[in-house]
Amino acid sequence: METYTAMREFADSWALAGMTVFFIGVVVFAFRPGSKKIAEQVARIPLEDD
Amino acid sequence: MSLLDKHRIIEKNATLLFVGSLFVVSIGGIVEIAPLFYLENTIEKVDGMRPYSPLELAGRNIYVREGCYTCHSQMIRPFRDEVERYGHYSLAAESMYDHPFQWGSKRTGPDLARVGERYSNEWHVQHLIEPRSVVPESVMPSYAFLANKNLDVRNFETHLIANQRVGVPYTEEMVQNAVADIQAQADPDADTSELLARYPKAKVGDFDGDPSRLTEMDALVAYLQMLGTLVDFSTYDDAAGYR
Amino acid sequence: MVILPTGGLRMRYGAELTGVGVLAFLALIGAAMGVDEPFRQHMWVLFFTVAAFGVLLMRRTAFVPAPAHDNSSYMDDVIRYGAIATMFWGVVGFLVGVIVALQLAFPDLNIEPWFNFGRTRPLHTSAVIFAFCGNALIATSFYVVQRTCRARLFGGDLAWFVFWGYQLFLVMAATGYLLGITQSKEYAEPEWYVDIWLTIVWVAYLVVFMGTILKRKEPHIYVANWFYLAFIVTIAMLHIVNNLAMPHSFLGSQSYSLFAGVQDALTQWWYGHNAVGFFLTAGFLGMMYYFVPKQAERPVYSYRLSIIHFWALIFLYIWAGPHHLHYTALPDWAQTLGMVFSIMLWMPSWGGMINGLMTLSGAWDKIRTDPVIRMMVAAIAFYGMATFEGPMMSIKAVNSLSHYTDWTIGHVHSGALGWNGLITFAALYFMVPRLWNREKLYSQRLVIWHFWLAMVGIVIYAATMWVSGIMQGLMWREYDSQGFLVYSFAETVAAMFPYYVMRAAGGAMFLLGALIMAYNLTRTILGHEREEDPIGGKVATARPALQPAE
Repeated sequence: METYTAMREFADSWALAGMTVFFIGVVVFAFRPGSKKIAEQVARIPLEDD
Repeated sequence: MSLLDKHRIIEKNATLLFVGSLFVVSIGGIVEIAPLFYLENTIEKVDGMRPYSPLELAGRNIYVREGCYTCHSQMIRPFRDEVERYGHYSLAAESMYDHPFQWGSKRTGPDLARVGERYSNEWHVQHLIEPRSVVPESVMPSYAFLANKNLDVRNFETHLIANQRVGVPYTEEMVQNAVADIQAQADPDADTSELLARYPKAKVGDFDGDPSRLTEMDALVAYLQMLGTLVDFSTYDDAAGYR
Repeated sequence: MVILPTGGLRMRYGAELTGVGVLAFLALIGAAMGVDEPFRQHMWVLFFTVAAFGVLLMRRTAFVPAPAHDNSSYMDDVIRYGAIATMFWGVVGFLVGVIVALQLAFPDLNIEPWFNFGRTRPLHTSAVIFAFCGNALIATSFYVVQRTCRARLFGGDLAWFVFWGYQLFLVMAATGYLLGITQSKEYAEPEWYVDIWLTIVWVAYLVVFMGTILKRKEPHIYVANWFYLAFIVTIAMLHIVNNLAMPHSFLGSQSYSLFAGVQDALTQWWYGHNAVGFFLTAGFLGMMYYFVPKQAERPVYSYRLSIIHFWALIFLYIWAGPHHLHYTALPDWAQTLGMVFSIMLWMPSWGGMINGLMTLSGAWDKIRTDPVIRMMVAAIAFYGMATFEGPMMSIKAVNSLSHYTDWTIGHVHSGALGWNGLITFAALYFMVPRLWNREKLYSQRLVIWHFWLAMVGIVIYAATMWVSGIMQGLMWREYDSQGFLVYSFAETVAAMFPYYVMRAAGGAMFLLGALIMAYNLTRTILGHEREEDPIGGKVATARPALQPAE
């Protein structure tokens, strides 16, 4: 069970922190000030065809 | 920046998206599944567990073929009512030779993890032929055709070899004697000492009520009658199997 | 990819016919030399299916140069076939669903051995998930990816291979179950050789889809394509890993899973849950992110939220599988992990739901005037409901009651009928007039009929399954004052009867709605138009002033 305990501790600490940081990174990236214009432009892609 | 360069970056984005998605969806599976292959309590061996005898395996194949898992589970949860209704909760080790596992997800019918030895062979045969003649409330389909269908035992050793290849410890001796063992297990007059040495606790004798033929009914009933009977819970230490 | 006139005569479909011939030959060998009876029968099925297809191809072949393709336009023929296939398999899947529901109420409807419940139930689940939803996903993904990339499908006729190859997979899977060829792993029942075929088809699908994205003319990849791509990639991964198996003979129908017991269980539910997560959720969210903005004629509420929705959803979903194995012999830590991630999944799911619904903000009146929008809104609402119920049922205490009961079945159906069904119907109502260049649908009124039949059907279905499921769970664990179990198992089976009948009635209503849709769309394809008042009264069109404030 030693491997299990070690893994569990790693998952509870560093892995959890890493995932949180990644997720915050995604949110910050998506909502960074410069992205608004691009996002609005991309959102119109489906409406401009046919 | 030339148009070509720009295009290259865009192409990279699609590939990045591909690789990124694959990476993200892999993490969960790797973290959850991989440890099961070396953590002790998932691979521990419990006294009494042995590979299925060839006849039991043939019966199990019929159980799989007929999709019995759509209505019957083989996994008793550690709750008071389930333990009282079905017997000791299921251990990981009890399905260690199950390729595939048949825990099921729905109980339209009762759990079968420990159905072995609960009813007589005659009861099972009658129940499979006409379920409502013994359980009036039952909604189970009839499986009368099993009693009329000879069990296909030609080259049955290939089934044991395939199981060997996925990790079931069948010995060469077991493989060599696969067909003979099938015949012996369902034949009330056969000498079963070798069979029982290879597969302790195997139920022997005629199962389907017709000793003259070896049918799919024989195989299925032989399988049902051994379900959950291999581990002796009077000597099993619960603390050892804590999960 | 450049088509050069070769000068000489080239046979059309030459390569295709060769492939068909090889496959038919292999099928004949299998039919002659198969080591077990079901395998030989199955190979005959394969032979006749492939031969019939070959005859069809030969009737269309010619020794003339192929007509020059208009490579500038979208490749829509394959989508037209896909739309019809979706309709067809939908009706088949729902019909088999009603039949299996009736088999549970009236067991005499089982016809052994081919039509026993154990064989027809996988037929129902596969027909609905893989045939109906699968065709919907392939057709809509081809529709969406071309239009959001402004590029023709990559790979020329490869898209046709994907379509026909997938139909062959479906036929082989369905007939296999009835013949008794199954791995008995839920939603992964097809045996090894059918699995290999699906892998080939799926890789071709990935190539077509990815290739189209790579050659796109639009600088950005629209978010719907992200969801579709994640769905295709993940399903490939899940399918391959979960179906690793050792056949006992290469001329036999049976194989033994590479994994056993606990490992097999978790691999299977890692697959099974993500079949829901990626096949029935991610792919269908791709549909939502394209068709809802199109029908509402306004961009998605928040594009940036959709990006977060995407990454959070695909990351969290993959962990949730163990909640199908609560209190089993699976180690506790894995169960807890599955539960925690399932509960977290609630957030991105509802983020996506809000994003879809709010796309209509400022145009809510369309729910009243546009029955297709109404269907989309109902679909998204059911998505929200099912993704709330799911995390709730993954809590171990709740699961101890709900597991093994009909509650699970009800939950699955509020998702499958409500979300997947309704959003697919809406997408078909959107695509069909456009694909066949019709001005509008044959009838809007019939869409409303379809809508209400489906809604009432789903509500009856889900409600009866809640009652029967919870009742079943409570009866199993009920003790009397003496400390004895009150009910025998057989008594709990008998108690289910009225609910099984009601459930079948709900399903039949849903089937009836789908039949009305099939009629409506067929008439649309034929170019007919029904005389009828516009929805919302005749005056509605002459009243532009009274728009609600945004």
